[in-house]
Amino acid sequence: MDAQHTETLPIQTSGDVVVVRQVVRTRAAELGLSLVDQTKIVTAASELARNTLDYGRGGQVRVELLKNESRTGIKLIFEDNGPGIKDIALAMTDGYTTGNGLGLGLSGSKRLVNDFEIDSRLGEGTRITIVRWK
Amino acid sequence: MERIPILQMGEFLLVTIQVDMHDRLALALQDDLTSKIVQAGARGVLIDISSLEIVDSFIGRMLANIAAMSHILDAATVVVGMKPAVAITLVELGLSLTGVRTALNVEKGMELLRATRGHSSGRAAY
Repeated sequence: MDAQHTETLPIQTSGDVVVVRQVVRTRAAELGLSLVDQTKIVTAASELARNTLDYGRGGQVRVELLKNESRTGIKLIFEDNGPGIKDIALAMTDGYTTGNGLGLGLSGSKRLVNDFEIDSRLGEGTRITIVRWK
Repeated sequence: MERIPILQMGEFLLVTIQVDMHDRLALALQDDLTSKIVQAGARGVLIDISSLEIVDSFIGRMLANIAAMSHILDAATVVVGMKPAVAITLVELGLSLTGVRTALNVEKGMELLRATRGHSSGRAAY
């Protein structure tokens, strides 16, 4: 599926996290996602953007709008060059955190989207891709 | 630095969150409210989140922290005005906001606060 529209946003400050939420909200609304689905993808975006900032030492997110004859959706790719995740299965467990959060960022975001992919290399960084279909 | 205003109405404090809060602003609100409860001798805190488009785990934790801190300081907390889509998302995210009392709107929230104070012994009217 071709991305109809792509934009990249920086995630370097907590203000950037707010901008990510707002842009994702606007794009999801433009695509015609229901209010509940908009809220889910924006919430997931907020969690993952915060992870990029807090654990990945900052990075960026690419926002892609997906559209063809059969499906419409929004794809978000979060990338950082941080320390990477040592044990992905453990990191995906509800309540597990290496910081001082609630440990719901990764596991909770996964429940809020249709597709969730995580690719992390120690010492290189982490890439998390999520999609919410209309 | 910008701040979320805290209004005092008699023995209650009223906070209406009308901006998309970044994390430091949420933490500042938590600190400000705790100080204000003590300073004003407040018996209740009402937090209106009807303008919030999302509540993520950070904001959820802030609400739970405020409720826990105010409880220790002998003040009740009621969160009002959560949008249905926000409630659905919160539950799927895995946050149940245990310990946070909620009401549908400001009016019902104030009723709940007054009822809570009426039934507690604590610093009763002389």
